[in-house]
Amino acid sequence: MDLERVDQIIEKHNSEASSLIQVLLEIQSENHWLPKEALERIAQRLDVPMTRIQHIATFYKAFSLVPKGRHEVHICMGTACHVRGAPRILDTVQDLIGIKPGETDLDMKFSLQTVNCLGCCALGPVMEVDGVYHGKMAPAKTADILKNYE
Amino acid sequence: MSPILLKIDGAKVQAQEGMSVWEAAASVGIAIPSLCLHGQLEPYGACRVCMVEVEVKGWTRLVASCCYPVEPDLVVRTRSTKIDKIRKTILELLLAHAPDSPQLKAMGQEYGANPNRFEKEASFCVHCGLCVRYCAEVKKLNVVGFVDRGTRREIGFIPELAAKECWNCKECFPLCPTSALQAAYVLTEALYAPHPFPKS
Ligand code: SF4
Ligand code: FES
Repeated sequence: MDLERVDQIIEKHNSEASSLIQVLLEIQSENHWLPKEALERIAQRLDVPMTRIQHIATFYKAFSLVPKGRHEVHICMGTACHVRGAPRILDTVQDLIGIKPGETDLDMKFSLQTVNCLGCCALGPVMEVDGVYHGKMAPAKTADILKNYE
Repeated sequence: MSPILLKIDGAKVQAQEGMSVWEAAASVGIAIPSLCLHGQLEPYGACRVCMVEVEVKGWTRLVASCCYPVEPDLVVRTRSTKIDKIRKTILELLLAHAPDSPQLKAMGQEYGANPNRFEKEASFCVHCGLCVRYCAEVKKLNVVGFVDRGTRREIGFIPELAAKECWNCKECFPLCPTSALQAAYVLTEALYAPHPFPKS
């Protein structure tokens, strides 16, 4: 992410220290992660200490300090999904894209994450890709869905 | 401003508005143990070692005396079987994280804490925040901060700043009750090896 874009986002929020989380969220959603250079720029322009940015960026799960893939795959491991076979979904997806939860593949295509409840237990097991929910998953169906992503 | 009258361990105490119960007790020579409290820093309420029982209109509750402001007619008990037992448990929990901390050991002995009651989880840092707050509030340098949350919370130095500021300061080192801070500093220094920290 170039720093010009970071500056634009900062300016949109009038360089106000109280907008720190908003600025971080916008960078996260555009860039999928928070690069150090961007954080340093924010620290300087909003006049907030790096320690606070580091604390916030590690406190909320929405932020990532490591590069994320273009597509974020979330597999629900909540109780309802679990008993309906989520572990098998996870196994299949891990085999398909070759990474474990918390990892990103070398082509930066997918990042895989497990989550504890997506709030739609009746649809379980659920797999979410880039915010789109795929309910009533079966291991065999995961490949059909994932092949639509570039 | 008229003084606030309250009772601490049966003694009548005059305190000023804005004082904490801990300070009011100290002003009449009643010592309440503390760990995360520091004269130059805002009270933080992290360690809970200073727990006391307060009574308002017959209702009692347990509060951290370092953060609890005095109020008129408050009745405070700083020692009782119940409070001593709570402090003992808190110290036992802290000792599970930092079994060799001299401060914790001394307090633990006073309250008969069994250092082996809980399974050891040697994270060393007990999240007292003394280092983080001293760096921010007194030195205004913000070199060391907290990272992550809950049980995974730990302190972290910003290496670029540490390389610039710490060698000539190190004022937080003696504050740490567990030496976790010194360890974290040495680790930061080592990880930053391609750009050695100045030594003078
Ligand atoms: S490193 Fe030491 S001073 Fe800093 S928060 Fe942890 S226990 Fe407290
Ligand atoms: S001294 Fe009051 S909570 Fe630590």
